[in-house]
Amino acid sequence: MSNLNGNPMLPQSFRIERIKNETDDTFTVELQPSKNVMDLSFHAGQFNMLYIYGVGEIPISISGDPCSQDSLVHTTRVVGTVTKAMRKLRVGDLVGVRGPFGNPWPVEEAKGKDVVLIAGGIGLAPIRPVVNYIIANRHAFKNVVMLYGTRTPKDILYPREIKLWEKKHRIHTFVTVDRAIGNWDGNVGVVTKLVARAPFDPQNALAMACGPEVMMRFTVRELQKRGIVDENIYVSTERNMKCGIGHCGHCQFGSEFVCKDGPVFRYDKIAHLFDVWEV
Amino acid sequence: METLERFLAEHKFLENMKPEFIEQIVGCASNVHFPAGEVICREGRDADKFYFIREGKVALDIHMPQKGSISIMTLEKDSVLGWSWLFPPYRWQFNARAKTDIHAIAVEGACLRAKCFNDHEFGYDILQRFSQILAERLQSTRLQLMDVYSANG
Repeated sequence: MSNLNGNPMLPQSFRIERIKNETDDTFTVELQPSKNVMDLSFHAGQFNMLYIYGVGEIPISISGDPCSQDSLVHTTRVVGTVTKAMRKLRVGDLVGVRGPFGNPWPVEEAKGKDVVLIAGGIGLAPIRPVVNYIIANRHAFKNVVMLYGTRTPKDILYPREIKLWEKKHRIHTFVTVDRAIGNWDGNVGVVTKLVARAPFDPQNALAMACGPEVMMRFTVRELQKRGIVDENIYVSTERNMKCGIGHCGHCQFGSEFVCKDGPVFRYDKIAHLFDVWEV
Repeated sequence: METLERFLAEHKFLENMKPEFIEQIVGCASNVHFPAGEVICREGRDADKFYFIREGKVALDIHMPQKGSISIMTLEKDSVLGWSWLFPPYRWQFNARAKTDIHAIAVEGACLRAKCFNDHEFGYDILQRFSQILAERLQSTRLQLMDVYSANG
């Protein structure tokens, strides 16, 4: 999607085409431009600023397929005022959209390599476009591994798709939950522990991780233990993005602006900030 | 015995262990099989063994009144099931159930403790390896307790 007729600060009006409840507190909206036909292209890992009229504007990563321009897809969780209001919207309602913004995942650089994707909780949403891109270009990638951890079995996002990734697209998919009651047949334990036995060649692999920051810290340590160098580890960070173009400074992370220089960073570029409190 | 020795030498937990130490473990070890669904150990019972898992998946769980069994960890190939044999009162801390068919090597706790006592170098090696497991599981438990995926996490 080109940046909104040249003015990145001006929201464009989009209509809600579809709403899908993914889990108890997570939902996906599909959006279409309400007036003009627009270029909806984006790169995996980018985000949009979604404006709920009369309530406020928030950054939400794009979770759709970067190889398709049918609609804009966003998955988000109900956590604050704006997402609560967003959850109450219905098909046909309008939202404002600015974007896409941010530095994407290095999918081109990953070609010819093993790819290790690690997602925690809602962090699967920004990783899903990478999976879609890999599926569309599967021959260009070697071993692809998806490690996904979440809270309980009922919090698993996109469960049907996840099964297809494994069955149809040769993506080694490992799902784990922090705790399970009842008939859960899968793995229980933290996602970081899956790194040790995941099938990839650390000398020729590129890792991309997205999830809560504490989970990513431990994930990076496990990847390092496996022998992946910091230059081949990418993480998606989250800060209080407002303008989306690095002007307002709300999302400053050391010398970087998450909205413009991130949200995806190569780990060695921000390693010095990763363990610093209150950055 | 030769097969047991080979299995143990190939187990990740015993990576780079001296062959004479492996031999000491073999003296306390035996092959075991648990069909899927079988309970391997129960919380509070005597922890007289531990297991090197060769194949299959084991669910560790704890029973909570009115909630049933809460699964807290899955152990797979190359994992070790059980550390309660090392410390008094030698009782299992959790339940373990075979999620799939399990092939494992069982080691008699009292037998190995005696060997550790008689050969401190061997005992230190064993303790160091188990300490690593305890540290990793403590770290995992901390992460689970942080509940990082919750809305407030």
